[in-house]
Amino acid sequence: MKYIDEYRDGRIAQTFARQIAGEVKAGASYRLIEFCGGHTHAISRFGIADLLPANVRMIHGPGCPVCVLPVGRIDMAIGLAIRPEVTLCTYGDLMRVPGSQGASLLKTKAAGADIRMVYSTLDAVRIAEAEPSREVVFFAIGFETTTPPTALAIRLAAAKGLKNFSVFCNHVLTPAAIQSILESPEVRTLGRVRVDGFIGPSHVSTIIGTQPYEFFAEEFGKPVVVTGFEPLDVLQAILMLVRQVNEGRHEVENQYVRAVTRDGNAIAKREVAEFFEPRKSFVWRGLGVVPYSGLRLKQAYAAFDAELRFELADAGGEDNPACECGAILRGVKTPTECKLFGKLCTPDTPMGSCMVSSEGACAAHWTYGRFRDRARSAA
Amino acid sequence: MTAKAYRRRLDIKNGRVDLSHGSGGRAMAQLITDIFHKALDNEWLRRGNDQAAFDVAQGRMVMTTDGYVVSPLFFPGGDIGSLAVHGTINDIAMGGAHPLYLSASFIIEEGFPLVDLKRIADSMGAAAGAAGVPVVTGDTKVVERGKADGVFISTTGIGAVPGGLDLSADKIQPGDRVILSGTLGDHGVAVMSKRKNLSFDTALLSDSAPLHGLVAAMVEAGGHHLRVMRDPTRGGLAATLNELADRSNIGFRLAEDAIPVRPEVAAACELLGLDPLYVANEGKLVAVLAPKAAETVLAAMRTHPLGRDAAIIGEAIEDDHHFVQMTTGFGGGRMVDWLSGEQLPRIC
Repeated sequence: MKYIDEYRDGRIAQTFARQIAGEVKAGASYRLIEFCGGHTHAISRFGIADLLPANVRMIHGPGCPVCVLPVGRIDMAIGLAIRPEVTLCTYGDLMRVPGSQGASLLKTKAAGADIRMVYSTLDAVRIAEAEPSREVVFFAIGFETTTPPTALAIRLAAAKGLKNFSVFCNHVLTPAAIQSILESPEVRTLGRVRVDGFIGPSHVSTIIGTQPYEFFAEEFGKPVVVTGFEPLDVLQAILMLVRQVNEGRHEVENQYVRAVTRDGNAIAKREVAEFFEPRKSFVWRGLGVVPYSGLRLKQAYAAFDAELRFELADAGGEDNPACECGAILRGVKTPTECKLFGKLCTPDTPMGSCMVSSEGACAAHWTYGRFRDRARSAA
Repeated sequence: MTAKAYRRRLDIKNGRVDLSHGSGGRAMAQLITDIFHKALDNEWLRRGNDQAAFDVAQGRMVMTTDGYVVSPLFFPGGDIGSLAVHGTINDIAMGGAHPLYLSASFIIEEGFPLVDLKRIADSMGAAAGAAGVPVVTGDTKVVERGKADGVFISTTGIGAVPGGLDLSADKIQPGDRVILSGTLGDHGVAVMSKRKNLSFDTALLSDSAPLHGLVAAMVEAGGHHLRVMRDPTRGGLAATLNELADRSNIGFRLAEDAIPVRPEVAAACELLGLDPLYVANEGKLVAVLAPKAAETVLAAMRTHPLGRDAAIIGEAIEDDHHFVQMTTGFGGGRMVDWLSGEQLPRIC
């Protein structure tokens, strides 16, 4: 497969692996956080951990938009979906995310609610156009990558004069979450968790560029390498981070030059700025309240805001108190150190954010990597 | 003596199935005769009894049943009719058996176009004819609009097992080889390409095919060395191997590089965020067999048109956890776990 196989070549992987092994310093440790779920998925699916020296450890960050959506927002979506006049359009991977009391959109659909899986925001607009008697709500979630398509859908719905289309906005911002991790006491003041570098977001950076990470590199003294989602991209980024750590540098470097620039996609950013503004705070599953980390529709487009149209109140909803997702996302704990992992909490019955989507740290470990635990416990 | 009642011809071009076609009256008899008997014609159907009578073979027989609810009904490389024949033949063949007879039960939604019903029945007849396995008895029901999705078909099949052959998952031993008969995911991706909200253009065809000929060649080449065979349909190769591992108290280790996947299937899966290991097949089989017979059976498979791309993709290993592990083409290791829920596209 052209443009894919080139980035999955096992021989080149071995070359990178040898280079990394040759350059890491004995006695030093390299604790690298990958922010994006896409990277977590690539690392697990291709078995990248097996190609790294023991002192290079990957910490799987919070970067899966499905995973970080809090229970309360799922409950709000379910509340919307059970209204008889509402058709809720959603991306497929939100269907199984648990709300409170074991509810999910999948179960709500089975109970008779009109919930439809769509592959594009424009599908939701088309449904609204074709079925004017239905109140069509698009369940918008995702980081900076998926926000521009939501903006486009609103622009299109406005141009068509659709009165029955609205958006339940749950778009969140990557830099705010990175800052939250770096400022958490375990990382910043207590020093219990050492973070030596960041694998910067891939698709998100195609939109926002590499410039927003310059602050973190400077303020927190950590190197950042923005990289693609293919396994060779990840290996090369690890090599680049190892070199920065060895040389005492903390710069933003761009491995993903085939798609990412310093300034990002100006058109996409303009579209987002036209329709959305930051919320003062937004709750992340696993991280808690993160200031200025979510987006809502601007006043001028209030007519398309499902939260206003249906007068939705913020639902509470709490994670299981035994769930260690917050600690896992900050690198304080590993999935197997959570009491729920693999027992009460599996991909079939996810309890916390990290198990919810295949990109979550716990789900990736359960699905792709748990055979290693046995080797470890036997050793 | 009454005159033969006037019978209006079935308007196949413009007509639709209505409730009278399921009511047991003349309309139903006409639908069965003009569509099903014509398409599936054989000596048993011609006798017009409620059951088919035939002699019983000596030795072991196998019996299987399967329901078909595929959407869309027509897809590149097949349709629900051919699928209902191939799928049940394959379930029989996976026991190492030679399929003998099929039955077919149709549940048809009121309003379904007769032209589509004829197309499905004709395709079923052609598939049964090509496979040499007649549909000898059947049933038709019509349900009100909205109570079915066009047509549902159930087929049941029986077959005879060659003497001495007894395939079963509990016979797998560590060291046994795993053979896959060809490329993964063709059927699932071909069907997905025609789904209403997902249509994309591909020249890819479903692999829907009857595997009993290939199985016969395998049995001839290494019959008593075969432990078990499965056709990896829903849940794909991953589900099949996990099921076998659980049944036989072993694990498997696969080599990703050895697993054949067409570039267009790999590309579609890449776009949709799916994994070919979990995508359905309708004309492929997985066999586990003793290592010393692996090359002989593989060679026999490769001379058969449905086994041209066959490959040894891994082996059974001792493993109390019954894990299916895979060495990735990239050089690392991963598990190939059961699918959780339905395989849903990822958003990023």
